[in-house]
Amino acid sequence: MLFDFANVLVFLLLAVGFAAAIMLAGHFIRPRIVENDKDIAYECGEKPVGDARVQFNFRFYLVAIVFVIFDVEVAFMFPVAAVFRSWVEQGRGALALAEVLIFVAILFVGLIYVWSKGDLRWNAGRMKGET
Amino acid sequence: MKTEEIHQTLTARLGDAIGALHAETIDPWIEVQATAIVDVTRACKEDPALRFDFLSSLCGVDAGDSMFVVYHLYSYALRHSTVLKVKVPKDTPVTRSVTGVWRGADWFEREAYDLFGVRFEGHPDLRRILLPDDWEGHPLRKEYVFPSHYGGIDNTRDYNI
Amino acid sequence: MSLYNELPATFVTTNVDKLMNWGRASSLWYLLFGLACCGIELMQTGGPRADLDRFGSVPRATPRQSDLMIVAGTVTLKMASRVKLLYDQMPHPKYVISMGSCANCGGLFDKGYSVLRGVDKVIPVDLYVPGCPPRPEALTEGILEIQDKIHRERYLIRNS
Repeated sequence: MLFDFANVLVFLLLAVGFAAAIMLAGHFIRPRIVENDKDIAYECGEKPVGDARVQFNFRFYLVAIVFVIFDVEVAFMFPVAAVFRSWVEQGRGALALAEVLIFVAILFVGLIYVWSKGDLRWNAGRMKGET
Repeated sequence: MKTEEIHQTLTARLGDAIGALHAETIDPWIEVQATAIVDVTRACKEDPALRFDFLSSLCGVDAGDSMFVVYHLYSYALRHSTVLKVKVPKDTPVTRSVTGVWRGADWFEREAYDLFGVRFEGHPDLRRILLPDDWEGHPLRKEYVFPSHYGGIDNTRDYNI
Repeated sequence: MSLYNELPATFVTTNVDKLMNWGRASSLWYLLFGLACCGIELMQTGGPRADLDRFGSVPRATPRQSDLMIVAGTVTLKMASRVKLLYDQMPHPKYVISMGSCANCGGLFDKGYSVLRGVDKVIPVDLYVPGCPPRPEALTEGILEIQDKIHRERYLIRNS
């Protein structure tokens, strides 16, 4: 059975090998001349001022965290959906539905908390520490 | 209203801040004292017979031994226009800024400063607007000598013709 | 360990050169550098009627991905340092076309106090296209001349 995956292995080796060969050829062929200001950051012809690393506004972090939590919740609901029909035929559909609903309800409480605290607001008012 | 009537209205209101009316040109113009230009322009804007709500243009003129600052005013409400000129001496070209009357005068005055060197007192941010910040000189003056190099670049070109 | 301009002149390379030069000349990506009226003609040369894309030349907005810089328009003294920096930021091998009178020699505005009298005062130019502005056909001929120049080059042989 493992031999069926030999196809995949060959394709993988070919793809990686091809890309590596091209990059190796480029390594030998391309000129490597560094002069004047060739390697400074591109800023439409101006000399760059300051650092490019700015502090991200933490609203991005909040949205990302909420997304991750509910994405994992959806991932947990997929197996339930996969077996739900067969469970209904066995007569245990109500049990499955109740379990899933309890699961969603627990996480829904978390969503209510985040929502009411105002963490989902994007730019209404000023957040603490924001100038 | 014709410029003669505008001149009469302004003289009646402001007296000797208003100079003579020069009517021999295509656009008759009114000479104004440099120290009084803000009061005159505010009167132009607020007087109900004048209502000059739009500053069309503000520019400098190098007239040899003195410089003029020329104001072209237009009224959208009453559909008339006029020209005011302020004479400033060449060696200390200083006058008052009219940005308090029309906000649009901001960049006009920066241009007049950049190209003629006229300083406008009371301007919020008087600096060069067209030329680079480290440029020396004011190009539209009659005695200006064009630079032969700038920033390390030699800008001369020999022509055989 | 780059092979560019590396081999001494005792080597003879023919088909390798032809291959390298064919690859480079057939995909001359140009930096969109329209500064004034010549920029309009540059855009039209890239447009449907005088199509530059058929030669493999697509416009790029960044010098990092372009190997041809078409200076199209008047270069002012204020802009000259930026032109130099953009040229420096292009990767080798790079070429410059000076398009129009203003970029060639200051053109119509060469008596002005703020005009750079020719872009070759700040960057090395490979080809001058005269005109005010040059017709798209003239710029296309310029691109073809640059392609001929690339075909005559020896990529691997030193100092050629």
